[in-house]
Amino acid sequence: MDNNIIQLSQVNKIYGTQIKTQVLFDIDLGIKKNSFNGIIGASGSGKSTLLNIIGTLDKPTNGQVMINGVRSDQMKKDELAKLRNETIGFIFQFHYLLPEFTAFENVLMPHFIKGQKVDKKMDARAHEIMSLVGLEKVKNNLAGNMSGGQQQRTAIARALINNPSVILADEPTGNLDSETTEVIYDLLRDVNKQFGTTFIIITHDRRIAEKTDRIIEIKDGRIFNDFTRR
Amino acid sequence: MKLAFRIALRFLTSSKGQTVLIALGIAIGISVQIFIGSLIQGLQISLLDATIGNASHITINADEKNAPINDYTSIRATVTSNHSEIKNISPTLTRGAFIKVGDDVEQIVYRGFELIEADKIYKFSDALVEGTQLPEDNEILIGVDIAKDFDIRIGDTVEIITPEGDIYENKVVGTFDLKVSSINKSWVIGSLTTAQMLFGFTSDQVSAIEMQIDVPFDADVLSERMQKESGIDDILFNNWKADNEQLLSGLSGQSTSSYMIQVFVVISVVLGIASVLAITVLQKSRQIGILKAMGINDRLSSQIFLLQGLILGILGGIFGIILGLGLLWSFTKFALNPDGTPVVPIYINLSFIGLSGLIAVVASTVASIIPAIKSKKLSPIEVIKNG
Ligand SMILES: Nc1ncnc2c1ncn2[C@@H]1O[C@H](COP(=O)(O)OP(=O)(O)OP(=O)(O)O)[C@@H](O)[C@H]1O
Ligand SMILES: [Mg+2]
Repeated sequence: MDNNIIQLSQVNKIYGTQIKTQVLFDIDLGIKKNSFNGIIGASGSGKSTLLNIIGTLDKPTNGQVMINGVRSDQMKKDELAKLRNETIGFIFQFHYLLPEFTAFENVLMPHFIKGQKVDKKMDARAHEIMSLVGLEKVKNNLAGNMSGGQQQRTAIARALINNPSVILADEPTGNLDSETTEVIYDLLRDVNKQFGTTFIIITHDRRIAEKTDRIIEIKDGRIFNDFTRR
Repeated sequence: MKLAFRIALRFLTSSKGQTVLIALGIAIGISVQIFIGSLIQGLQISLLDATIGNASHITINADEKNAPINDYTSIRATVTSNHSEIKNISPTLTRGAFIKVGDDVEQIVYRGFELIEADKIYKFSDALVEGTQLPEDNEILIGVDIAKDFDIRIGDTVEIITPEGDIYENKVVGTFDLKVSSINKSWVIGSLTTAQMLFGFTSDQVSAIEMQIDVPFDADVLSERMQKESGIDDILFNNWKADNEQLLSGLSGQSTSSYMIQVFVVISVVLGIASVLAITVLQKSRQIGILKAMGINDRLSSQIFLLQGLILGILGGIFGIILGLGLLWSFTKFALNPDGTPVVPIYINLSFIGLSGLIAVVASTVASIIPAIKSKKLSPIEVIKNG
């Protein structure tokens, strides 16, 4: 329990006020520090809902969500914003970059939001991360002037910049070809090994899921299967 | 704040066409406001200048008609030393009389002045049509219309007949045109000493003391104060405002309608900007959602929109001032009298123009409050879910 960076207990999610749809049912889930986790499940089973609740973007209808030992479901908006900025990195299915900014500026955005200047060290770090994801050549392109894969890699670099303890990824390679998908997963694994970042990744791709330490399968809003590799 | 400014600026520069359009909208509103305001101010100033520019603002008279003011030098000395607001002060002896040329006799107004002083109020030297000098003793200037009616030339001698029936000869040394036909038809201007001799006044008596003050609009208050201070009960301090009530109420009515127009122009600018900025929140909701997911708080997200409003206001204000001045300039170039002078002399009031610029900035910032509040309500989850 103590080395769980994320702990969900009895989490329910019900959408709607008049017509109520329950999407998550009594979820108990602990995620170990430094682990690399995959979430699989059919479309509409509640994977994204679960991940958004973990990422504090959404609130559970009831139940507890602990991140780093603090209850996020009871935090105020501003506290949540700070928590997200400093401890969580997001990679979404669609890249969600800011089209007005260059790739390099997008990568540094979480650092700017933290309220800090870009000193030499930070600049070097940003360059290092960008070359890690193979973006050296396009770093000054506006976000819109890059290929889909490049945009996705920019989003990954952005998720890494503040050195978060957790990275949440929702089908990060959903719209990429299988070769690029492979490259990106190897990259995420590298980051996991090198920095000890905890990963939770939603994927449809069984082959990818098989590369994770633990596979959590969701079915109709419940944990249907939870398999940890030794 | 720095990040908010950076994002605001980037949002604006990344859609340049839209930014220019909004700024132009503000600019046009503000330029119209500057144009109308300056036009009305110019109109009023030239009207006032025509009325009181070359006339007395406060006049000291005896309380009884045609009675002299005694010991005028000491009254003048007291008033002058008590009030630094007095720009010019000149004693005058004014009496109705007749002028006789050949067999023709015509009623005139004989005005004796200390001419050096009076010239500062009435600008006789500038108004001279013929002749080059102000009259010495026993010399007079006459209005151009009298000169024409009687065919009087410079150097001619005319007879002045006082109401008492005394007849004196004065030499005409010049004619003047003070641009008011009743004056040009009736005034005869001579020295104070000659007038005192003509009308049987002692050298210490005049019929009025006239003055101009720094701020003509203070004339009523100032004249009242002077009256209280003087302690002499047989003299009266009259001011130009009391004699021009109709003009003044006309002017204030005009000012009010000009303010109304300006206020409505500004209101329509505010509404316009507010609605456009409200749309930009929708346009940028995706970006705001992403930024919120990455951890910007609500304050920063609303600052982004307030700063956009501020920047647009500054841009619009600057454009607006340039455009407004351009409008005024072209008005002075193209709206001309037959003689080539502008129909309305434009008055550039820098503090008014500065204020208009400030209004642009404030109005546009105020207009961005609604989008700023809207941006607070945006939740990142909506964006993440709906793409
Ligand atoms: N705002 C909402 N109101 C009502 N129902 C919702 C709302 N958002 C999601 N749902 C429902 O919740 C269920 C789970 O959605 P979720 O996005 O978590 O599925 P998912 O497992 O991520 O699916 P996919 O693999 O297609 O992304 C779906 O049936 C969806 O229709
Ligand atoms: Mg999903």
